[in-house]
Amino acid sequence: MMNKKTKKGDVLLSIKGLKIQGFSDEKWHDIINGIDLTLHAGEVLGLIGESGAGKSTLGLAAMGYTQPGCRITAGEIIFDGVDLTKLTDGEKRKFWGNRMTYVAQSAAASFNPAHRLIVQTTASTIRAGIKDQASAYKDAQHLYSVLNLPDPKHIGERYPHQVSGGQLQRVMTAMAMSPRPDLLIFDEPTTALDVTTQVEVLASMRSIVEEFNTAAIYITHDLAVVAQMADVIKVLRYGNEVEEAPTRQMLNAPQQEYTKSLWSVRSLEKTQQEAEVSILSLQSIDAAYGLEKVLHDVSIEVPKGSTVAVVGESGSGKSTAARVITGLLPQMSGIVRFDGEDLPPTLSNRSKDQKRRIQMIYQMADTAMNPRQTVREIIGRPLEFYLGMRGSEQTKRIVELLEMIELDVSFTERLPGELSGGQKQRICIARALAAEPDFIICDEVTSALDQIVQEGILKLLLRLQEELGLTYLFITHDISTVKAIADQVVVMNQGEVVEQGLKTEVFSPPHPDYTELLLSSVPEMDPDWLSNLNKKEIRS
Amino acid sequence: MHPVLKTVLGRLGLGLATLFIVSIIIFSAIEMLPGDFGQAILGQAATEETVAAFRRELGLDEPPYIRYMQWVGSAIQGDLGTSFSGRNASGTDRSREVIDLLAPRLWNTLFLAGITAIVAVPISLFLGITSALYRNSIYDRTVNTTTLTTISFPEFFVAYILILLLSSLYPVFPSLANVDASTPFTERLYRSALPALTLTLVIVAHMMRMTRAAIINLLASPYIQMARLSGASQTEVILKHALPNAWAPIATVIAFNLAYLVVGVVVVEVVFVYPGVGQLMVDAVTSRDIPVVQGCALIFAITYILLNLIADIIGIITNPRLLHPK
Repeated sequence: MMNKKTKKGDVLLSIKGLKIQGFSDEKWHDIINGIDLTLHAGEVLGLIGESGAGKSTLGLAAMGYTQPGCRITAGEIIFDGVDLTKLTDGEKRKFWGNRMTYVAQSAAASFNPAHRLIVQTTASTIRAGIKDQASAYKDAQHLYSVLNLPDPKHIGERYPHQVSGGQLQRVMTAMAMSPRPDLLIFDEPTTALDVTTQVEVLASMRSIVEEFNTAAIYITHDLAVVAQMADVIKVLRYGNEVEEAPTRQMLNAPQQEYTKSLWSVRSLEKTQQEAEVSILSLQSIDAAYGLEKVLHDVSIEVPKGSTVAVVGESGSGKSTAARVITGLLPQMSGIVRFDGEDLPPTLSNRSKDQKRRIQMIYQMADTAMNPRQTVREIIGRPLEFYLGMRGSEQTKRIVELLEMIELDVSFTERLPGELSGGQKQRICIARALAAEPDFIICDEVTSALDQIVQEGILKLLLRLQEELGLTYLFITHDISTVKAIADQVVVMNQGEVVEQGLKTEVFSPPHPDYTELLLSSVPEMDPDWLSNLNKKEIRS
Repeated sequence: MHPVLKTVLGRLGLGLATLFIVSIIIFSAIEMLPGDFGQAILGQAATEETVAAFRRELGLDEPPYIRYMQWVGSAIQGDLGTSFSGRNASGTDRSREVIDLLAPRLWNTLFLAGITAIVAVPISLFLGITSALYRNSIYDRTVNTTTLTTISFPEFFVAYILILLLSSLYPVFPSLANVDASTPFTERLYRSALPALTLTLVIVAHMMRMTRAAIINLLASPYIQMARLSGASQTEVILKHALPNAWAPIATVIAFNLAYLVVGVVVVEVVFVYPGVGQLMVDAVTSRDIPVVQGCALIFAITYILLNLIADIIGIITNPRLLHPK
């Protein structure tokens, strides 16, 4: 490449003593406190950490970019001999979209809706004068085909809304690769994708990085994903480096306690319990939003006192099933039988007691609580509504509930905005428990949380189930969460139940095709997993 | 059928439905006006019989729904009826067709609105885009403060200040904008300069601020950060990445202001003695010249509906989701 000056093995990027601050709540906070980073040409560095670790800020800083409201206070960022912190925006722009490119988390939001894909793919390449329009377009079509996009000759003619999320993410990779950069920043590029899509996107991203021998920084919170992509892994926490090591060494023998705790989260596994009596059964449910039918003849049995995990990708109908159970979406046909009686389809025809016995916990604890109500009001409302508790009796019960979810009395007068993500989800659990339900639907309750926090919530739910004899319907797209919490598993795809049964049965072969695809797509903490998977696919 | 065409036809249908409802409202509102035209024209001295005969002659004795049907029926054919004024007790009829009264006035109004728009819209867009580009700079603040100041003064005040400055102290333009059909184009332009300038000062702020806000609103989008990270300059970010997605709100506010230029400028017309539709309508209301009032109201309604329709269509054709469906 004409613009590529570095050889494999040379130091491409070296960051020394970098400090970045962000402005919020009227003062400057430290986001990055003195981090060193070295990246060689052709090397892939994985940056992992939980939210707030500063990994995205560091990734952007590697390009010399800081988000509005952030500033670099110390340190240097030397890219191929040039200190980016000393350059003006105009000078840095000569690097951006040319020698260094960026792949963002949400491709759907990161493409301009007004322009065709190929125009966006090649804009920076043409602007930098690397290629003329005709050869840049031709090259883009080549990249589309390397990335396994359908109809690579013409897909570039489309607008962003005309292709799927997984395809967009690959087009964005093509866009990042178009100028043949020396450095590529991947910022959580697969987090928003379904697991079966993620595996395809990962494979195509890795092969293209290898093909052009591009150095990359791969940012993610998912260890198994980073294990497939990175040569070296760096763990961050609160803007500090925890440790850095080559991938295999890091996976096999992490040194720091924090890293070990990150690693151990995935090993949580509930011992499966078998139960006989059903508390809830869905019988041949059909349901539709308007004219669009989304559930086709769905039957699910939920044994009393156990956890049934409903797994499936977006659009599989798992949340719709929950809406039918709670009465928010009356079914077209079929029966919802709960504890021996048929539930009326519409919420307004259900008795208060029927409503009380089925509670729900949501994915976004943030939006599931009124931001102007204190914890006392949030938990107190179901106590008063369902059980008629008021005054000191109510206060006593609120304290008990807070203890159950491992929070203390001091939380009663707080507003949701004063709680962390995990604490908010705990309050939502307490609110569900306040109604003294028998059955709780957990809709992706851990998917918006960091892994260590997830583990805490899952352990809490398991303990509560043991103590109170609760039954859970646990909706998730994450297989490791299923392993952690489920007794039984229901696999859904496109509004139909593909398979259901005990966890051990569903997770061991033989599988129906879709279950097979779903299970094999879940990244494992083995750096060779993706390569082996690809070999298997080629053979079969 | 292409979905955009379908949507546009749908909007057109809705526009016609709106016009129909508006025509009922206009008619009923005038029905409810207090006082009687016959009585007003013929004076207190007229006998009951004379008034009744006069009403019969004008068709005012028919029930309202029949008169409504007659009015709408002929309006569809382009006939807005005959003005009441010009008739008198002596029986001589010097009345004129509403359309003949309205047409030259409407032409004057559209002329004034047109030249104001030609000046004001590009200025607003330019100021809006550049102030978004140099957000929070001295330039941005100056533009914002100045336009806010001009919009904050009442129109007649701005008009008189302009007359004072550009007509009295430094006589550049005439303070009277009395044009008629025989006025040559350049002379017409010269005489309309001050009212057009007044209106420009009144509408620029609104359009400029909306343009600025629509663009700045988009600057927080992830695709704008993406554009920056792929090396686009600030100018390119604004013009190529933000502006194409901002047309819908900008078009709406421009349509709103253009409609105002046609229907809401009576004060400016009075100050400059400009013979526009606004003055005609006010005169007709005072003399209870019902066909003229109805005609003007209908023209105003059509203006509003048409301009909003155009803004809607611009919103649709600049939205790639609608223009290029899956």
